[in-house]
Amino acid sequence: MTPRPSVEATRRPANAEEALVVKSRAEGLSFYYGAVRALKDLNIEIREKRVTALIGPSGCGKTTFLRCFNRMHDLTPGTRYEGRIILFPDSIDLVDKGVDPIEVRMRIGMVFQKPNPFPKSIFENVAYGLRVRGLRSKPRVEEEVERALRRAAIWDEVKDRLDSSGLSLSGGQQQRLCIARALATNPEILLFDEPTSALDPIATARIEELIAELRDQVTVIIVTHNMQQAARVSDYTAFMYLGELIEFDNTSKLFTNPSQKATEDYITGRYG
Amino acid sequence: MHATTAEASLQQIRADVNRRKILDQVFVIVGMLIMFSALLVLVILFLDLVREGAPRLNWDFLTSFPSRKAERAGILSAWVGTSLIMLTTATVSMPIGVAAAIYLEEYAPKNWMTAIIEINVTNLAGVPSIIYGLLALGLFVYQFNLGQSIAAAGLTLSLLILPIVIVATRESLRAVPRAIREAAYALGATRWEVTAHHVLPYSTGGILTGMIIGLSRAIGETAPLITIGALSFIAFLPESPFKGEFPFFSFAWLKEAYTAMPIQMFNWVSRPDPAFQVNAAAAGAILLGMTLLMNGVAIYVRYRFRKRINW
Repeated sequence: MTPRPSVEATRRPANAEEALVVKSRAEGLSFYYGAVRALKDLNIEIREKRVTALIGPSGCGKTTFLRCFNRMHDLTPGTRYEGRIILFPDSIDLVDKGVDPIEVRMRIGMVFQKPNPFPKSIFENVAYGLRVRGLRSKPRVEEEVERALRRAAIWDEVKDRLDSSGLSLSGGQQQRLCIARALATNPEILLFDEPTSALDPIATARIEELIAELRDQVTVIIVTHNMQQAARVSDYTAFMYLGELIEFDNTSKLFTNPSQKATEDYITGRYG
Repeated sequence: MHATTAEASLQQIRADVNRRKILDQVFVIVGMLIMFSALLVLVILFLDLVREGAPRLNWDFLTSFPSRKAERAGILSAWVGTSLIMLTTATVSMPIGVAAAIYLEEYAPKNWMTAIIEINVTNLAGVPSIIYGLLALGLFVYQFNLGQSIAAAGLTLSLLILPIVIVATRESLRAVPRAIREAAYALGATRWEVTAHHVLPYSTGGILTGMIIGLSRAIGETAPLITIGALSFIAFLPESPFKGEFPFFSFAWLKEAYTAMPIQMFNWVSRPDPAFQVNAAAAGAILLGMTLLMNGVAIYVRYRFRKRINW
């Protein structure tokens, strides 16, 4: 029922010939909060170094799906996964009980809906992931922190005040700091859970630019309730409704010529 | 026509708003009156103690041992005893209380066992202090053979304030937003790392406040100390915890007999000679001052930490 995405990304004609590597694949993924089945038999392929957007009306399960990738649900008692999310190249199943969620979270980073910097210095915010991984050498930590802050396009704004609190930044800067924090440990996949929903339009534009810059470096999955945002930043888009994956395709294809009636109704604003 | 209707309704709205604002004002006045009468009682009590004890509120009073002669008696052994007991109580109840709170808040599975433990911890805060005294008499004084020692007193008061420390610590752990925990977990932190690197440091202000509130409750407790046999006449000081030579501290004082501020007061109050009432009032003023000082420190600590961390 779900149409397979076409192999070439039409948004990138220059790269149309390149082989797209599958970074992760959900196979028959279902998720339960207690007895409530929140995700129903999802099958989807996440392409490496591409941006995949998850869209759909409130309560459709897009955030629930995103949080399966780094096992955030394990923090809530009474939740259960069914099916698999395979992470390539080593083909481990991210939601397998035998796989430690901490190991998963060391490989897959996340940026949350509301900026949530630690009430520590800007430097320590970014360094925290490195410290958890046991990196002690001060010059190495400094180097990695600077690199992450540069990648998150916030270095110039904070380089003179790395010691001031992360909470002293503006909302948009805080969110870029959180992106730097997640990037510092070189995650294989970076998850964004509605990263701009608490930000003003200018800050939102900067985050979107940043995601566009990141697409060549890291695999991104982004949940958004903003369809224009999905159209602007993503290569692939998945439309979800009531816990099911309705359609998954190239972003341009999905927005201009959806194959499902439900998708069309949603993107033309008939519900949501 | 239209204009007059609009004007009339505007006046109605204004009259209505004014009436409701009067109610607002009434509540402010009533609230202030109640608050000030409560404060006034405390202030009068304190001033009364100071006035009555004024003849004895001097340096000699602080540096003299108790005596049969009221005008020569002092509270040296009492305030030293109280300080050492507080030191013991803080040292014992802080780690146990904080650890218990961390377990209950961060680790304990949400099941009926945990629920029972939680309810009991809250209930323990309401147990009369003399019951703790009886428990301690059997357990610390006889079973552990600690006798009438500072160690026994410190442990007894630790038990007494543990529920306060646990409840206050849990409150402040709970105040750390879920988003912060999730941020740390998402970076691959273990539960212990999340607790030790984030939750605990961010709630230090609340924990210290709870600790100080607990200690200021303990400092005035009399009943449990009488039960476990505090002496009221101690004319010597326990061995100092600080030493001139290595290792610079000593724990010999833990096993020594003691008296405490409220015990000394109680002893003086129960004497027929009115001269001792003056001593009791002076000691009361100092004890109340110590308590207010501790609460002041608690408020300052909370303020400092709040300023640094506002979510």
